[in-house]
Amino acid sequence: MSTPPSGTVATAASAPDPATEFLARQSRLGRARSVLHRHPAVSPAVVLVAAIAVFGTINERLLLPANLSLILQQVAVVGTVALAQTLIILTAGIDLSIGAAMVLASMVIATTASELGVPGALALLLGLLVGLATGALNGVLVTRLKLPPFIVTLGTFNVFVALTLLYSGGATVRGADMPGLLTLTGAPITIGDVRITIGVLIMFALYVVVGYALTRTAWGRHVYAVGDDKEAARLAGIKVNRVLLSVYLAAGAIAAVCAWIQIGRTNAASPNAGVDLNLDSITAVVIGGTSLFGGRGTVWGTLLGALIVGVFRGGLSLAGLDVLYQTLAVGILVIAAVSIDQWIRKVRN
Amino acid sequence: MTSTTEATAERPLPTTPPILEARDLVKTFGRVVGLDGVSVQVYPGEVLAVIGDNGAGKSTLIKCLTGAEIPDSGELRLEGKRVHFRGPQDARAHGIETVYQTLAVSPALDVASNLFLGRERRRRGLLGSVLRSLDARGMRADAEAELRKLGISTLQDVSVAVENLSGGQRQAVAVARAAAFGSKVVILDEPTAALGVRESNQVLELIKDLRHRGLPVVLISHNMPQVFEVADRIHIQRLGRCAATVTPQTHSMTDAVAIMTGAATA
Repeated sequence: MSTPPSGTVATAASAPDPATEFLARQSRLGRARSVLHRHPAVSPAVVLVAAIAVFGTINERLLLPANLSLILQQVAVVGTVALAQTLIILTAGIDLSIGAAMVLASMVIATTASELGVPGALALLLGLLVGLATGALNGVLVTRLKLPPFIVTLGTFNVFVALTLLYSGGATVRGADMPGLLTLTGAPITIGDVRITIGVLIMFALYVVVGYALTRTAWGRHVYAVGDDKEAARLAGIKVNRVLLSVYLAAGAIAAVCAWIQIGRTNAASPNAGVDLNLDSITAVVIGGTSLFGGRGTVWGTLLGALIVGVFRGGLSLAGLDVLYQTLAVGILVIAAVSIDQWIRKVRN
Repeated sequence: MTSTTEATAERPLPTTPPILEARDLVKTFGRVVGLDGVSVQVYPGEVLAVIGDNGAGKSTLIKCLTGAEIPDSGELRLEGKRVHFRGPQDARAHGIETVYQTLAVSPALDVASNLFLGRERRRRGLLGSVLRSLDARGMRADAEAELRKLGISTLQDVSVAVENLSGGQRQAVAVARAAAFGSKVVILDEPTAALGVRESNQVLELIKDLRHRGLPVVLISHNMPQVFEVADRIHIQRLGRCAATVTPQTHSMTDAVAIMTGAATA
């Protein structure tokens, strides 16, 4: 009888080849790639500065404080939705319903205040509850039924749109019919030529809060770990479902605050507003260097991404180009951003 | 055919009681019997290797010890006391740490964050209690100390993302995490399967070091030379049962493989 195989030889193939490592270290491109890999917000920052420089050269009016403040105001709504979207995408999910959730919350706030005569603060609280409920619905479907976030939010997107029309009857509520508190977010604070609305300030405050939570708390690390490798996170003792649910709840709450900003910005609440918000928010997140595969990215990248889109739109329109070219430019930006992300991710191997 | 001696009877029985003990574990998956009444003891300061062919029940046995699977019948005792693990967290809370084959490290997070993943420490005072701020500096210092204690000199910078490390260094991070928090038993599932020769040796040194510190180690491996290099006792799993428990002193590698494949009995 033949002897059984005694002792398998240790695998020797996986040791890194020193020559390859050396070459990778030497190439300037490779070094740039590792910097981008470590700091995903660097590339959108470069793009933003370049965009401002280029469009500023084409038309100097872009650089006027009044114009830059206008861009900020235009960015406030999509920037806030994009903040919520960043949280979801960091967990390797995607939220197609977040814009619709925001509109639903805004209609609940505006309609209860204008038709039922509910005080402004209470209406806002109701809106917050609606936002949390939309997040809870998405979160429960994702964690309990284990459905892919794409499918869940595609479904709830339609649900929220239908609920919005059902509740509002399809009618727009004018700002004049609402308590002053609801349109306060559109009120400007003027310093010289710079006009910053309260809505913009709220957006910045939300970025600071979420940025802090993501980078300085255990919860933030868990969000990254879950998005990075769900199974590894579970084995490390992280309650993955609880983290996911908390992220969807946070996104719903941010959507509700965004509803308030939106009412102030447009001085109205319209059930037809924000049709493009879902995709615009994903655009801002992706341009901001957050990976759609989860676990990589920062809220500051997203803010830069939203500003880039704002500067492109503003710059192209000041250059006298038709709106369709703005859309074209944003499309090209998205594809470029994802290509760069793919290239950066190759550092892993 | 290789001749074997009566191993189980000759094995010098440790005088101290076992830290972790499993008795008559049975685990079935539908009609497939994963474990068919397996008992195993882990004594203080020993390296117990678990070997067996594919499908012999190694992984199922280990999963029952780590709470990843719940046995149909049988009992687990930790330091003589009966315990029930409903999930990996339970086992971990009892001081049993596992390094999984899949590593279970988060590539995008840095070394220190990975070491403390799932049990982050907060800062003292209001910053920690109200703002829930992490004690990042303290955790980094402790991570460095832990790696130094294990003699892992190749990992200088604990703020490096794990994905930038080599396979051996990643494994070292996983082992260091287990050693730092495993107060009773450390279980290593195929820790060298994906590593080169030099990196494998580093992991083996880590295992010896854990034993030196009195921490019992359960090592699951296919690699016979490595098993025979570090193990004090070898539990041979075959067809859902424990075929024999041998020691490197009484049995050769060929003997162990013969028992494992059914070509010989202990």
